[in-house]
Amino acid sequence: MLESKELTKVFGSKTAVDHVSVKLEKGHVYAMLGPNGSGKTTWMKMAAGLIKPSSGQVLFQGEPVSLNSRKHVAYMSTEPYFYSWMTIKDVGAYYADFFEDYSPRRYQALLQRMELTEGMKVKTLSSGMMAKLKIAVTMSRDALVYMLDEPFNGVDLLARDEIRASILQYATEDKLLLLSSHLVEEMEMVADRALYIKEGRLVECVDLETMRSERGVSMADRYRQIYGHTEG
Amino acid sequence: MQFDPMRPIWLQVMGEIETDIVTGVRGPGEKLPGGRELAVSYGINPNTAARVYQELEKAGLCETRRGMGTFVTGNAERIAALREELARKAVNDFLKKVGSLGVSREDAARMILEEEE
Repeated sequence: MLESKELTKVFGSKTAVDHVSVKLEKGHVYAMLGPNGSGKTTWMKMAAGLIKPSSGQVLFQGEPVSLNSRKHVAYMSTEPYFYSWMTIKDVGAYYADFFEDYSPRRYQALLQRMELTEGMKVKTLSSGMMAKLKIAVTMSRDALVYMLDEPFNGVDLLARDEIRASILQYATEDKLLLLSSHLVEEMEMVADRALYIKEGRLVECVDLETMRSERGVSMADRYRQIYGHTEG
Repeated sequence: MQFDPMRPIWLQVMGEIETDIVTGVRGPGEKLPGGRELAVSYGINPNTAARVYQELEKAGLCETRRGMGTFVTGNAERIAALREELARKAVNDFLKKVGSLGVSREDAARMILEEEE
């Protein structure tokens, strides 16, 4: 459904993403793992069509990403992207203007689960509430691909449970979900496949249950194996 | 529920449901939650949840009726056999543990009988 071919992004002297080739299939929840600065966000932004690759390409349903594919891709960045004067209701209206697949009903249901109300002002929200609002508004789109960058960042335990439930609720067979995080434990049960990214390169893409049954290794164990030793 | 991330998750959730079936928390013929509901309530991946039902069905512990959902088996003998299976597994684990302490099976059996109810 989403494929990157030799995808590369160079910023000045730094290669943020380095010849990454990977095919992501619908019906799966992928965890994109790696320490900060390993290139996860840059990869996602290229896949979302927000920044241009230096070389290589990203294909969505076999076609290069474009304005058209962006209609089907819901991307949640780490940066806050609402105006501080907005209420939670305004945020929904803002999304309704931008995206054809936005569903007010889903937004309502998600707000309720997240214990947010429409009258709340964006500028008064705690970081945890803000994280929940971002998830609610992103998942209220009926997109084919959801890419969530650090959905569990700065969020307390209870809010994490709510976020996890909201994500799982909409992870249906025809959708592709990609979640990046450096909070590996949070992703262990939600994802069924994991992409390990190191210094801009794809180390491997694994099926988690297969890895557990064949090697007795968890997603976090593998993370430690890959990133735990400093090389050279 | 806390999972051991080093063991297949489907196996652990299946174990939970098997225990529920034996203890009657989920009674014979009772409707089980849908795959998605199961995923959300346990906080697990939907493909993992689907696998749980496939394996329960393969084991003859539940059946899926087209358009109706998944139900616990109504077969009392199958449930009795499952109880035996789970109990034997627990006994095995126990014997391994006392064995590692150097206690004989006979002594272990005596200890069980001596243990107050």
